[in-house]
Amino acid sequence: MDFDLTEEQRLLSDSVDRLLADTYTFEKRKTYVTEPEGWSRALWSQYAELGLLGLPFAEEYGGFGGGGIETMLVMQAFGRVLALEPYLASVVLSGTALRLAGNQALEAALLPRMAEGKLVVAFAHGERQARYDLSDVLTSAKRKGGGWVLDGAKSVVTHGGVAGKLIVSARIKGDRNDPAGIALFLVDGNANGVARRAYRLRDGMGAAEIALAGVEVGGDALLCDAGKAFPVIERVAEAGIAATAAEAVGAMETMQAMTLEYLKTRQQFGRAIGDNQALQHRATEMFVALEQGRSLAMLAAMMVDEPDAAERQRNIAIVKAGVGQAARFVSQNAVQLHGGIGMTEEYAIGHYFRRVMVIEHSFGDTAHHLSRLAEQVA
Amino acid sequence: MDLRFSAEELAFRDEVRGFIRENLPEDIRERLQLGHKVEKPDIVRWQRILNKQGWAAYNWPKEWGGAGWTPIQRMMFLEEIQTFPAPEVNPFNITMLGPVLIQFGSDEQKKRFLPRAANLDDWWCQGFSEPGAGSDLAALKTAARLDRDHYVVNGQKIWTSTAHMADWCFCLVRTNPQAAKKQEGISFLLIDMKTPGITVRPIISIDGEHHLNEVFFDDVKVPVDMRVGPENRGWDVAKFLLGNERTGIARLGKSKERVNFAKQKARDLRAHGRPLSEDPEFRRRIAALETELKSLEITQLRVLSAQKPGERRQDPLTAVLKLKGTELLQATTELAMDVAGPLAMPDWADELEALSNEPELGPVWATEATRSYLFLRAASIYGGTNEIMKNIVSKAVLGL
Repeated sequence: MDFDLTEEQRLLSDSVDRLLADTYTFEKRKTYVTEPEGWSRALWSQYAELGLLGLPFAEEYGGFGGGGIETMLVMQAFGRVLALEPYLASVVLSGTALRLAGNQALEAALLPRMAEGKLVVAFAHGERQARYDLSDVLTSAKRKGGGWVLDGAKSVVTHGGVAGKLIVSARIKGDRNDPAGIALFLVDGNANGVARRAYRLRDGMGAAEIALAGVEVGGDALLCDAGKAFPVIERVAEAGIAATAAEAVGAMETMQAMTLEYLKTRQQFGRAIGDNQALQHRATEMFVALEQGRSLAMLAAMMVDEPDAAERQRNIAIVKAGVGQAARFVSQNAVQLHGGIGMTEEYAIGHYFRRVMVIEHSFGDTAHHLSRLAEQVA
Repeated sequence: MDLRFSAEELAFRDEVRGFIRENLPEDIRERLQLGHKVEKPDIVRWQRILNKQGWAAYNWPKEWGGAGWTPIQRMMFLEEIQTFPAPEVNPFNITMLGPVLIQFGSDEQKKRFLPRAANLDDWWCQGFSEPGAGSDLAALKTAARLDRDHYVVNGQKIWTSTAHMADWCFCLVRTNPQAAKKQEGISFLLIDMKTPGITVRPIISIDGEHHLNEVFFDDVKVPVDMRVGPENRGWDVAKFLLGNERTGIARLGKSKERVNFAKQKARDLRAHGRPLSEDPEFRRRIAALETELKSLEITQLRVLSAQKPGERRQDPLTAVLKLKGTELLQATTELAMDVAGPLAMPDWADELEALSNEPELGPVWATEATRSYLFLRAASIYGGTNEIMKNIVSKAVLGL
């Protein structure tokens, strides 16, 4: 048991921090938001040069074979600066789907291009009626000749509007909640019958509602067949939870640092507001929540590749519920302790606040995971 | 970064678990499983069994009769003891006095007191708080006037746990009332509780039990060689003592034991026409507690793995262990009480004693769960209140 980073991990963490320190000031971030895709293509190329975009991929596909810890370090750094790029959607979610689906042809075709920064892939799984239920899939896939025809709708697909390719879950058989009937397909973002309505999430990240009407794909677009696909989808969600737990910790670190700075400098009644015990205690409670959240993000990083499925899923659910509560506490109090300025669009705190709000509602919220854990109480 | 314990560590845990299973006297095991509190003779008997194995002084170096364990081993030992559950070793002897004597004591003090403390031949208590010195401990007034080869001690201590059963007391006293800073006039004395002039008066706490006392000192003569560390430097010793209890501070094993206890009892009780253990609200509460326990467990491992041998640096995360640990200890004892339902209300302490050889009045565990709940309201008060802890963190860690 140890919590030390290896030399390589430390170097990775340092190089990401160095890159972001220069390029991701809050002012520069405002310009990235206004770029056509809502994030910085130039930075995306730099991530590729640093090797970040292939970090979790096998070396034969241009990757570095990194694991949960490496992803944690990168996501935490992204969380500190509120990076907008589709790292989570493409490298973490779609990358996990491709790595675990067991389809070598598609792995070989896509992962190297993703690692080079030439292809962004979005994971189009969630549907309007499904809420957080991963097996609730109505989108259908029917055989036609040697290929398939997809019909249905995907909802709140992160970076779904700009992705070159989509990984789409669709039902081959079974009724609405039958996990064994779900398969995964690779669909071109601009294929005939794909209608994407792009918009921004509350945190400024891109997302899309995606309608699929008679979308025809070839037989080789079947990424993962029914029966095998659902466990992959669960692993994708778990990877997303582990990654966003780290991102939320990064965001909480910045919120905590900004709040402490504000408590020390803001003067009222002739003294720093941080002299007030009520605010000191609140800041201490934020510190406790942040550190408890950090412990859970570490747990997630170490658990995300755990082979024992029951153990892994239980711990990941704990992480999601615990980090969700920590992030809500820290972010709400960060705004509160800043007072009026914390409410403004101009100031960074509100942006961090909204990022962790979005994270909390991704991959199942706190209540969802607490209910799952409650069902399993032995 | 790796969460897994080594094969040696896992083997160690099995060894501890096996030892407790084989060696904890049957009657003590039964009483603890029923939820009864442990009495002094139970603790003495069990600590001597542990000491024979070399484990009672689990946090001392081997040189002084301790186990010589790593931080991980200490944590595992405590957790096994707490979850089994077996009686915990006397904390005054083992976690408080022992390390202080090893660090500051004279050779004579070490040789005389350490073996007896480990074997619980002497039961120690802690004379720190006074009526006017609670959170503001350095404001203590109990005076020790030097008279040739001994001090003459006059004053009063309060909240002195187990003073009524103690053989010795380690005490903070004021040796220089004129010191510029109040912290600079304090000394650390070892006082034999049989010395003439000491009066112990009970304070009954809200659980109906006698743990606490007032201790009065009236011209109590204490030999000078019973001072630990230099005169007027007792505050350093006290700070060392209070900052020393890192491994056990979260008492995670105890909280886990309370959750396990509640789960086990809930299987046999019914609510809304089904076992309480199937009630969604109950299960939700367990899930929330287990989530918090898991994150504190990882936080504790972070503290332990950052701890380097011989290092005295205070890890800021220790504050998280204390604050969250006590909150969870209170939340889990609250849960165990709530499981009892209406049977949480009766106070059967006296009847239980009187009826010891007769059929049971009602489930003992229920009345004992409430007792434990009431007792542990003190967890966020003793050893420095959680509010004082937050004051310290906001200054020392957050720089406010």
